[in-house]
Amino acid sequence: MAGGHVHALYRHGDTPLHRLRPQVKIATAFLFVFAVVATPREAMWAFLIYAAIMLAAASVARLGVGFVATRMLIYVPFIIAALLIPFFAGGEKVTVLGIELSRTGLWDMWNILAKATLGLLTSVVLAGTTDIPSMLRGFEALRVPRVLTAIMGFMIRYLDVVLGEFKRMRVAMHSRGHNPRWLGHAKPYATSAGLIFIRSYERGERVYLAMASRGYDGHMPHQNGDSAPVSQWAMALAVPLAAWTIVAIAWSTL
Amino acid sequence: MHIPDGFINGATSAGFGVAAAGGLGAAIKQTGKYLSERQVPLAGLVAAFVFAAQMVNFPVSIGVSGHLLGGVLAAVLVGPWAAFVVLSVVLIVQGFVFADGGLSALGLNIINMGLIGAVGGYWIYRVLLRFLPKDARGVTLAAGIAAGIAVPLAAMGFLVQYMIGGTATVPLGTVFTALLGTHILIGIGEGVITALVVGAVVRNRPDLVYGAPDYAGERTEVLV
Repeated sequence: MAGGHVHALYRHGDTPLHRLRPQVKIATAFLFVFAVVATPREAMWAFLIYAAIMLAAASVARLGVGFVATRMLIYVPFIIAALLIPFFAGGEKVTVLGIELSRTGLWDMWNILAKATLGLLTSVVLAGTTDIPSMLRGFEALRVPRVLTAIMGFMIRYLDVVLGEFKRMRVAMHSRGHNPRWLGHAKPYATSAGLIFIRSYERGERVYLAMASRGYDGHMPHQNGDSAPVSQWAMALAVPLAAWTIVAIAWSTL
Repeated sequence: MHIPDGFINGATSAGFGVAAAGGLGAAIKQTGKYLSERQVPLAGLVAAFVFAAQMVNFPVSIGVSGHLLGGVLAAVLVGPWAAFVVLSVVLIVQGFVFADGGLSALGLNIINMGLIGAVGGYWIYRVLLRFLPKDARGVTLAAGIAAGIAVPLAAMGFLVQYMIGGTATVPLGTVFTALLGTHILIGIGEGVITALVVGAVVRNRPDLVYGAPDYAGERTEVLV
């Protein structure tokens, strides 16, 4: 993503998942992911149920197979790391296609792949159905300090501006014959990054002054996030509740 | 690269999550003392800068490119606690808005990259600066070396987490070697770039650089 534009994951839509209050979605996703992580790896059936739940959610949200699949590419390096585990883990060996692999290593690999995939799928569904202002309102409703959500808001608002500066600097350098090949050629990149830092800092001061002149006193105006109806909470939290029930069953039947 | 879900068990992830939340609360209190209400737009812009810098690749050698992580860079430029807040914000947004890094692993990532990478790296920077000339060259050199050390150090944070709650049975020594080898290389790149960026800023606007002797603002840290 070296381009000058940030593609947030949000997909516009009007599905039940899009309409769900953001705080409900964030809490649900969080509790669900922790349930996935806490599930014993031997309980393969549990992961199948989780996958079914998340795929159902993705399809209700109309996120599309291609969209979800491309987002999963982000953790390819970790897939490679996980695939290497059976070669390095100790213990009893099993022979698969003529290669000696560690039995526990194969379990380790399965565990990481299953949980990382389900975690990522959950994140993709959450980010795909919640636009950025809603996400920030959701954090606020969940009592995340206002300072943090305000910093997040500014960061997201100015990310494209700062990235655009990086991109323009790069175009300017290339048009003057800059053609970096290795780390020793990084100085022009770094000095322009330094300049962009100074500009960002000064922009931050200007934004502050502009806000101060409009009456800003250190507190962002309170946006009354809609509180979520109990019915939404009950409906959504049924999902992590089911997941945690599965965790309890899986551990007790091991 | 952020830790996804599943590498570290649930209890350990939750424990580090609580620790990260506590650290973040403390850092907000610290920064509130010296940046007052200006901190919000300023920290937001610095976070945008760090986020953008992480997205822009530069060539390292043939076929290999890297990008800045920015922990020590942010700490030297805006102070360790503000940098911790900024990096946490970057990680939270990457996790929730861009699905980069597991939601259960958020605390692990914040501790490694924010606390060890930025606050720990800044501490190394201050120690180094004691033995270096208190001018632009000293600041540049100290920032570069500190960034070079902070990257493998943050990777060692993952090693500790793996030791406590790793879900795989790969021997610790193997994980250690693999992590250290790759992160020393990443650290070299990070060190070079950090030194060059800090050098560029400190020569032009030393008053903006929190960790520079000529910093014009107020410092609150009581590290060294």
